[in-house]
Amino acid sequence: MREAPRLLPRWRASRWAELAVLWALLLAAAAAAAFIPVYALGADTQWLGLLLGVAFALLALGSIVTGKALVPQEQREEERRSLDHDRDDLDIAVYVQEADKGITRGRLLKSAAGVAGLTVVGALLVPLASCGPFLDVEQLRRMAWRRGRRLVDDAGRPLRADEIAVGAMVPAFAEGVDRKRLDASLIVVRLHEGDLRLPQQREGWAPHGVLAFSKICTHAGCAVSMFRYPLFSPKVPKPALVCPCHYSTFDPARGGKVIFGPAGRPLPQLPVAVDERGELRAAGRMSGPVGPSWWGVQEG
Amino acid sequence: MIYRVVRYVDTRTGQAPVLKKLLRYVFPDHWSFLLGEIALYCFVILVGTGIYLTFFFDPSTQQTIYHGAYEPLRGREMSEAYRSVLDISYRYKAGLLIRQTHHWAADIFLVAITLHVLRVFFTGAFRKPRELTYYVGVLMLALAMLEGFAGYSLGDDLLSGMGLAIAYSVLMSLPFLGANLALLIWHGPFPGTTEFFSRLYIAHVLLVPIAIAVLLSIHLVTIVFTHHTQFRGPRAREENVVGTPLWPGYLFRSLGLGLSVAAVLFLLGGLVQINPVWEWGPFEPSQSTNGAQPDWYLGWLIGALRLMPGWEPHIGHYTLIPNAFWGGAFFPTVVFGFLFVWPTLERRITGDHGYHHLLDRPRDAPWRTAVGVGFFTWVGMIFFAGSSDRVFVQTNIDYESQIHVYQALVFVLPFVAAFVAKRVCEQLLRSEAHPLRGPGGGRVRRTPGGGFEAVGEPRGQSSGRTLSE
Repeated sequence: MREAPRLLPRWRASRWAELAVLWALLLAAAAAAAFIPVYALGADTQWLGLLLGVAFALLALGSIVTGKALVPQEQREEERRSLDHDRDDLDIAVYVQEADKGITRGRLLKSAAGVAGLTVVGALLVPLASCGPFLDVEQLRRMAWRRGRRLVDDAGRPLRADEIAVGAMVPAFAEGVDRKRLDASLIVVRLHEGDLRLPQQREGWAPHGVLAFSKICTHAGCAVSMFRYPLFSPKVPKPALVCPCHYSTFDPARGGKVIFGPAGRPLPQLPVAVDERGELRAAGRMSGPVGPSWWGVQEG
Repeated sequence: MIYRVVRYVDTRTGQAPVLKKLLRYVFPDHWSFLLGEIALYCFVILVGTGIYLTFFFDPSTQQTIYHGAYEPLRGREMSEAYRSVLDISYRYKAGLLIRQTHHWAADIFLVAITLHVLRVFFTGAFRKPRELTYYVGVLMLALAMLEGFAGYSLGDDLLSGMGLAIAYSVLMSLPFLGANLALLIWHGPFPGTTEFFSRLYIAHVLLVPIAIAVLLSIHLVTIVFTHHTQFRGPRAREENVVGTPLWPGYLFRSLGLGLSVAAVLFLLGGLVQINPVWEWGPFEPSQSTNGAQPDWYLGWLIGALRLMPGWEPHIGHYTLIPNAFWGGAFFPTVVFGFLFVWPTLERRITGDHGYHHLLDRPRDAPWRTAVGVGFFTWVGMIFFAGSSDRVFVQTNIDYESQIHVYQALVFVLPFVAAFVAKRVCEQLLRSEAHPLRGPGGGRVRRTPGGGFEAVGEPRGQSSGRTLSE
C-alpha cells in the first residue's frame, strides 16, 4: 500500500519519552486510585492533597513530554492577514445610515425611542430600591445611649466603677440593646485623674478617671480593641486607644482626640456617672456620631 | 474513525475549514506568554472547587449554637454561614482540602493576572490592535479582586467581618451618595441583615463569576481575531506569526501547564494551611484582632488606607469627604484609571497610530518602561506599607516611624526608580548598538527554533515608538 502524503513533519518519538509517558500515566492512575481508600478511611487532608497533587503532577508530566517529544515538533509560520478593510467592506455603516432615509421626523422618533427606552429601563431598576432603606440616613445617627442607661459587661452584668483598675481596658455594652449595633459597644478605660486633659465642656464626664468611648473607629468602622498603657518609665508614648485595622490612634486623656493614623475625627466619648450602687451609667449623650464617617457627619 | 467524526460534524455544520484553522492556530513561544494561561487554569479550578463548596455552604447570618467537631468553639453562638464553613473544614471529608485549594487558587489567580498585566504593559502588547483585549483584561483584574474579597467575606469569621466593616466604611465615605448606597446594599446600617449575605453570596457564586467568564470569552476571542504578539526573531516579523501550532504540539504542552497548575493548587490546598477561620472565631462588630491582614491582592488598599493622614475636608460643619475615601476609593480609581488610560495616552504622546504585532522588550521603549516602573513602584510601596504592622512584629521597628518613612518614600522613590529604569534601558540599548564595547561582548539570543542569533543592529529610537516601521 502506498503511503499517503504527510501533512505533519515526519517524527520518530524516542523510546525513553514513550516509556516516561507510560509510567507517568500509570503512576498518576495509582495516586488517584489511592485517593479513594484514603478518602474512605480517615480522609486526612494532607494525604488527600498530596495524592491528588501528585496525580495531577504526573499527568502534567505525561502531557508535557507528549507535547515536547512524542508528537511531531514543528514551527509554523503564518502570514498575518490585515485587520482593516477597504471602504467597500465598511459599507455596514451605510446600511445603518440608510435605513432611516425615508423617515421625515427621524430625530424626533429617535429622541422618543431614547426617552421610552430609558424610562422603561428606569422603571425596571426601581424595584432595586427595596434592597434597603437608603433614604433613611437618620438611622445612621441613632444612639443607644440615654442618660441613666447602664453599662454592662460581656456577660451582661452591670459594670462597676471600682472593678476597673487604672490602666485597664474593659469592653462594655448598652444594657438591653442589640450588641451587633454599632452604637451599642463601648471601650472603657481608667486613667489617673491627674492625667486627664478633657475639653472644658466635658468636665465631670470621667468620674474617678473612668472614661467611656465608642468602640467603633471613626475611620473604617473596625472595633478599637487595643489600649496602649506604658507601665514603666519612660512612660512614652502616652496611653492611647488603637484600632488594629489601620492603626488610628486616639488619646483618651484628651477626649478621644486623634493623635496618629488616618481617622479624621475623634472617637466619640460617652459621659458616665457612678450611681449609688457603684455601677456605671450613661450621664448623657455621646459627644459625636458613632461609626465610620459619612457626608452627613457633623464635626463633633 | 476520526475521519467519520469530522465528516459528521462538517456535514451538519460546514465548519471543517474553521476547525482546521483552529487546530493549526499558531502560539508563539515565550515563557511570559504563559502567565495568562495560568490565570485561565486557576479560574477553571476556582469554578470547580467553588461549585463543590456551594453544596455545603449556607449563606445565612441566622444565629445558631455550634455543636460541631471543633472543640474550642463548641457552645459558641455564631451565624449559620460561619458554622457551615467550620463544617466544611471539620465535618465533611475532603471539605478542607477543597476549601483551601479554592482559597489558594484565588490567591494564585490574582498573582498570575497581576504578572500578566505587568508583562503586557512592559512589552507594549496593549498597543493597536489589541486595546480591546487589554481593556477587558484590566476589567477582569478588578472583578477578580472584587470576587476574591466577596469570597473570603462570606465566611463571617472575625477577619472577614472586619473586611466588610472596612468595605462598608469606604462605601459610606463616597461624597453625597455613600451613606445611601451603603444602606441600600447592607439593608440597613452595618452589619446589615441576612439579606445582605444572600446578596454577597449570589454576587460571589453567580454574578461576578459569570461576568468574568463573559469577559474571559471576549478576551480569548479578540486574541484569536488579532493572533498573538511575538518577540522579534530570525523568522518572526511584524507581518507574520511564528510558533507552535495548537495541534499537536501546543495542545499537550498547554494541557500540561493546566495540569501543573492543578497539581500545585491541590498540593498547596492539602499541605499548606490558608485562612484557618476556626482560629479567628465568629464576627462581632464590637470585636477585632490585631495583625489583621487581607488576602495579598488587597494589600495595596490596606496600605493606602493606613498611609493616608487623617485629613477630611469639610463644608461648614459637614464632612465632605470622609478619610476612608482616599485610600479605599480614590486610590484604586487612580490606579485603574492609569491602566485604562495608558494605551490612549501613549498613542497621543508618541503619535504612533500603527499596528504593532511585534513586542517591545522593556528596553526598547525606555520612556514607557520608566513610567511603568515609577507607577508600579508607587503602588508597590503603598502595598508594602500595608504590612508595616507585621514588619514591626518581626523587626521591632516602630510602626509610626515606618509609616512616616513610607509617607515620604511614596513621593520620592517612584521618581528615582523611573529615572534608574530609563538609564538602564538606554544603557542596554546602547550596549547593543556597540556589542564589542560591552563587558560581555556581543549579544547572542536563542531563537524559538533552537538556533542562535546575534542581536546587534543599532536601534536609534529611544521614544516609545516601535522598532519596526
